Parts: sequence; C-alpha cells; structure tokens
Amino acid sequence: MDLSFGPEYDDFRGEVVTFLANNADKAPKGGDLRGQQAKDWQKLLIENGYTCRTIPKEFGGYGAEPDIIKTRIIAEEFSKARVNTGLGGQGISMLVPTLLEMGTQEQKEHFIRPTIMGDMIWCQGYSEPGAGSDLAALSTAAVLDGDEWVINGQKIWTSTAHIADWIFCLVRSEPEAPKHKGISFLLFDMKTPGIEVRPLVDMTGNANFNETFFTDVRVPKHQIVGERGQGWQVANAILGHERETLAPANTAQTRINALIELMKNETVDGARLIDNPVYRDRLMKIQGKVMAMRFNELRVLSARLNPGQDPGLSRMITKLEGTELRHDLEGLAIDVMGEIGLAYEDNPHLRGAGSWQREYMYFLGLIIGGGTSQIQKNIISERGLGMPREPKFEKAS
Amino acid sequence: MQFGLSEEQILLIDNVNRFLDDNSPLDRVRLYADGGDDADIWAGLAELGVPALLVPEAQGGIGLNPLDAAIVAESLGAHITPSPFLGTAVMAPTALVASGGNHDDLLAEIAAGTHRVGIAFSEAIKRRNDARVEARDSRLFGKSLFAFDADADSYLVADQNKHLYLVPAQDPGLTRTHLTTVDKTRRTVELTYNDVAAQCVSTDVGVFERVLDIGRVAIAADTLGAAQNMLDQAVEYAKQREQFNRPIGSFQAVKHMCAEMAAQLEPCRSMVWFAGHALAELPEEARVTACHTKAHLAEVAQFVAKTATEVHGGMGFTDLVGLHYWFKRCGANRQWLGAPEFVRQEAAVLQGLTD
Repeated sequence: MDLSFGPEYDDFRGEVVTFLANNADKAPKGGDLRGQQAKDWQKLLIENGYTCRTIPKEFGGYGAEPDIIKTRIIAEEFSKARVNTGLGGQGISMLVPTLLEMGTQEQKEHFIRPTIMGDMIWCQGYSEPGAGSDLAALSTAAVLDGDEWVINGQKIWTSTAHIADWIFCLVRSEPEAPKHKGISFLLFDMKTPGIEVRPLVDMTGNANFNETFFTDVRVPKHQIVGERGQGWQVANAILGHERETLAPANTAQTRINALIELMKNETVDGARLIDNPVYRDRLMKIQGKVMAMRFNELRVLSARLNPGQDPGLSRMITKLEGTELRHDLEGLAIDVMGEIGLAYEDNPHLRGAGSWQREYMYFLGLIIGGGTSQIQKNIISERGLGMPREPKFEKAS
Repeated sequence: MQFGLSEEQILLIDNVNRFLDDNSPLDRVRLYADGGDDADIWAGLAELGVPALLVPEAQGGIGLNPLDAAIVAESLGAHITPSPFLGTAVMAPTALVASGGNHDDLLAEIAAGTHRVGIAFSEAIKRRNDARVEARDSRLFGKSLFAFDADADSYLVADQNKHLYLVPAQDPGLTRTHLTTVDKTRRTVELTYNDVAAQCVSTDVGVFERVLDIGRVAIAADTLGAAQNMLDQAVEYAKQREQFNRPIGSFQAVKHMCAEMAAQLEPCRSMVWFAGHALAELPEEARVTACHTKAHLAEVAQFVAKTATEVHGGMGFTDLVGLHYWFKRCGANRQWLGAPEFVRQEAAVLQGLTD
C-alpha cells in the first residue's frame, strides 16, 4: 500500500496549481462554451498539456506520453479550483480516440486538429428507435452506389446534432451478414442534402438530444473508419472507456462538499438543515458511499499502474454505482430544501444556480444512457460473475 | 503508487485461508454453535502467528499493521470462524501498546495465543437501559452488556469516562453470565462488577478512540468477508439450480440480484483497505474513515445477506444449507461497537458538522 505519487508528481501538481492561480480568470464560466473565449482557453490548455495531453503534436495535441497519474492530478486540481477543463463533446471524447486507434493517417490529419480546437463539432449517430440497448440491431441502411454511400434511416438521442458540423455514424452496410458483422462506421458533413434534425426536448427542459433523419444522403466512399463491416469493433474500441468516465468520484466528492455547505447555510424553522438528525443521517449515508467510490477509483487507478494487480470488478461497477449515487446525492439536496428544492429556471429562490434539480434529472438520463443500469447488471453478472447468458429467442418468421 | 495488498499480505491471507478452509468449515462451526469450544482453532491460528500480528516484535510479536489485521478479519468473517481474534489480537494489543505502559508479559502471552482478552465497551459506545460501569479508585462497579469472548482470561473494560481497565476473568467480584444471541458463531456475556480490583490501562480518551477505531475497521472487514462469501454462495447456487429447464442464474431477475450485490460490495473492499491503511498512515482521515467504513459495510451487508438468502429460495431459509450463520454474523457485526446510525452521527461530529 503506497498512496504517494512520488516527488516528481508533487512538482507537477505544483505546476498545475501555479497555472491555475495565474490563468483561471481567462477560463469561460458556464454560458456559451463554444464561443471565442472557450476556444482561446482550449488553446491555452493544450499548449500547457492540460487537455488533449496525449494527442500527438502533428495533429494539434500536446504530444505527451500517457501518464494516468498526471491526468488524474490535472483533473483533481481543476475540480478543486472549479475551473473549466476545456472543450468536451463527443468529437473530442469519442471520435478523436477512435481515429487515433483505427483511423487512416489522412483522416487523423484532416479531422483531429479542427475537432480539438473547437472548429469542428461532431455528433454521434449510434442509437435508433429500434436499436437502443440492442445497439447492434441498428437498421439505418448504407448502400454503395459508384463512389458514394447512399444512406437512409433514422437515428435518435443524437446529442448536439442541431449544432454539429459533422456526424460519426453507424450504418448497416452488409444486410446479409450477422448483425455484428454488417455494420460500418462512416463520417459525413451534417450539411449534406437529405439530413433533417428534429430537436427532442428532455425532462430538464433542454433540447440537447435530437432525432436525425437520413433520406438518400450521399457520402463519399472513402469516409469510412476501418473496413466495411468492421464498424462494431471500431465503435467498441472506446465504448467501455466512456462508461467508466461518466460519473467520476472526484465530482461526487465536489458535489457532496457543496451539499454540506448548503445544509450548513440553509435553515428550516430557524435551525440549520445539518442540525436536523434525519437529514444529517441521510447526508452521512451518502458521504460514506462517495467515500467507498473514491477508494474504488483508487483501486482502478492502481490496477492500471501495476499490471499485475487484479482490479476485481472495480471497473465494471463504476457506471452503475456512480450514476445511481449522483442521482441520490442530488435528490437529497432537493429533499432537504423542501419547496425551495423545486425552484427552477428564473425562480428567485434558486440555489446553486439550479444545479441540484438539473443534475438530479441529468443523472437519471445517465442511468439510462451509455448502457442502462439493467444492461450494466447483465454485464456484471455475465462477464464479472460468470453467470449464464439469457437464452436467445429465435425471430418468429 | 500502489493501492492494494502486498505480496506478503497476499501470502498471509493464503495461509490463513488454507488453514480455515481445513479447520473452520461449516460443520466445525456447527460444533461450536452447539456448545463446543474454539480452542483448537485458536491454537492453530496462533501457530500461524495470528494473535501476534499487532504485538510489537520487542514483545514477541510480529509488529504488523492494522491493514494486516483487517485482511485476516476478512478471512475469519468469510469462514464465520469462532475465535477471540477481535478482542485478543486486535483491540487489546492496540490498547496495551497505545497506553505506553509496561505490558510486556501480557503482550507476550497474547502473541503466543495463551491469553485471551475480551472487550466490554457497551458503557462507552451506547449505554442501554441499566448497564453502567463506574470506576472508583481503580475498583469497578456496575454492569457491561454483550462483552465479547465468553472464554476470555481477562477483560478490557471501558468505564463511563472512556478510561480503560483490565479485569481478570477469575476475580471473585466478577460475575460472567452467558447472553444468547442469534449469532452462534461467537458468544457474548454480561459482566457484573461487584467491587472488582482493576488495573488501569489508560485514562487517555485518545487511547480508547484508537482501540475503538481499529475494532470497527476489523468488524467491517469481518463483515466484508461474510458478505462476499454469501454472494459467492448465491452465484454458485444460481448457476447449479435449474427451474423451467434452465439454470435460475440465467434469469435476469436472479442475475440482477447478484449484480446488485457485487456492485455494492466491490467498493467495500477498497474501503476496508483504505480504512486499515489510514489507521497507521493517515491519522487525520483515520477516524472518520473508520466510522464510515463500519456503517457502510453494515448497510451493504444487510442488503447482501437478505438478497443472497433470497437467491437460494427455500433452501436459503433452512439450517441444512446453513447460510443463516453468515446472515446472523453480518447482523451481529452491524450492532457490535456501534450501530450504523450512531456511528454516522460520530462521523458528523468528527467533521465538526454538528455538536
């Protein structure tokens, strides 16, 4: 057991802290994260290696060797200082790692730099009305016609499709092949004729998701990542990674600290909320869970650093436990505030800029998205505990 | 950075597990539950050095750390082993060493496995009804409830001021009455003190707190072992048992129960490791972590104990399968050294969140 990262990492942490002290005022604070200030901040972060750290220099990244301790230190210090960590979105978090792994040199040169600089915004065309948890059942068709794919079908839950410049999209290119082997991974411009985007308002009141319709959308043949029929492997190259990072314990820790502050400052019948023994016990229960998840994350980190170490199920359970925990944590904040907890949008009694209600609902979305809690339980029981798979039902024909 | 067990720790656990697989199977535990003793088990564990773990080398011990004690406790919990480990090997040596007094002879006897020390802390944890321990000029009066290890040679007693005393079990002023509980894998007693001459070990509340903290972490570790074993049994049963022409483990209703148990239990392992490590290395975090670990393990184990029993269906309810021994061990651990609500309250006080 050795929890120190060593003196060279103390120096690195010092550099991050100094950077934040000198530059935090330049960071965008909420609002439009796609404006010029956000792009300038992104550029500064890349130059200092605080985002896009391991993306090679030739594609516009910082070009450092992977070092998960440094990545963790950056995350910890930015979270502590509550400073914006740079641009996110599915282009940067999903497509860029996919291209680095599976893309051609030309694709890397063409797409990565504008994506990480915020000049090219992407959306992800995976889920369909008939292909949710069973994603590989997707049916959006791509038929080759000369040098072009012709795409017809519909996607759903396409986050940011309404503002995206490009889409990375799973399509069925080999209708005769078994379902996992008939999929291809295509990239195309959202301005291509035949694409219609309809916003889908979610329970938070935002319209981040969309329905996206394709009618005879023509895409140059070479805009494919990997080979024809390899799309499932291309998509899965990084899907597991997405699940692990949806609800980091770091953020849960920041949120429970904010909840403690809230309960110290708010009163009911003249007494601080934290002095109410029922509320306090609920708070302590959740604090204990956050603590357990923090230590679980240490084990995940340690197993990455020490290849001989068995991570057990510590990685497999983080999406399920992390998202459920955040939903409970945000929900407790609403409960302790009573009617004030219902305040939303322009209500003058809003606390935490409305974040408690927003995150409460947002995490319900995350419990469902990225592989539902039920799918997570299938994975944990089948792959983690070695329990038998559900028998397959043959399609009645 | 390495957050996990060392090679030495894994070796220690392999040895203890191997011994307990052979010497503390369910049938052996049943003999204890029916009134037998645990002397041969404790003697065997003593040969492996288990009572000597926390005794300093100068007093004939091995001088290991709380984390080492925690992983042994996990193994004992997994095997629902009857033993005086918690009091004798964990809490008593911690008290004797932390007190700063000269207890060389007693520590050497503990390390050798020839002296068992029981724990009577009910007064200082949560006093129920008429229990009350009062010390006047190192003489004890009153009553402790649910002291553990019915066969101890002496008891470490906390009085109303959280001062610690040692009382020989054979003192004529001490009456020891067996208190039956649901957990038949360990025995508890009521101690009545009628003007008992006691040896004062410490009047420093800090010593009491260290003993309590390590005791709680060891109980949490015991709970982890017991709950993990119940989950393992449930998974195994669900793979074997067939209904409707398929293993019940292929039904989502059943496999999701198992996944939920695993998902809640897995972070508990890291939590116990961290809590054990913190006791030795991170004093500023150790107390709050010990409280949360004790309480959180109690909650998760309650869920696991119920759910693992349900996965077994009717057989889970029978004495034949014997799952109830683990169920009851988890239930007893939940109450020993502080029920979750009280322990969480302590966590809040320790952080200055409330008075």
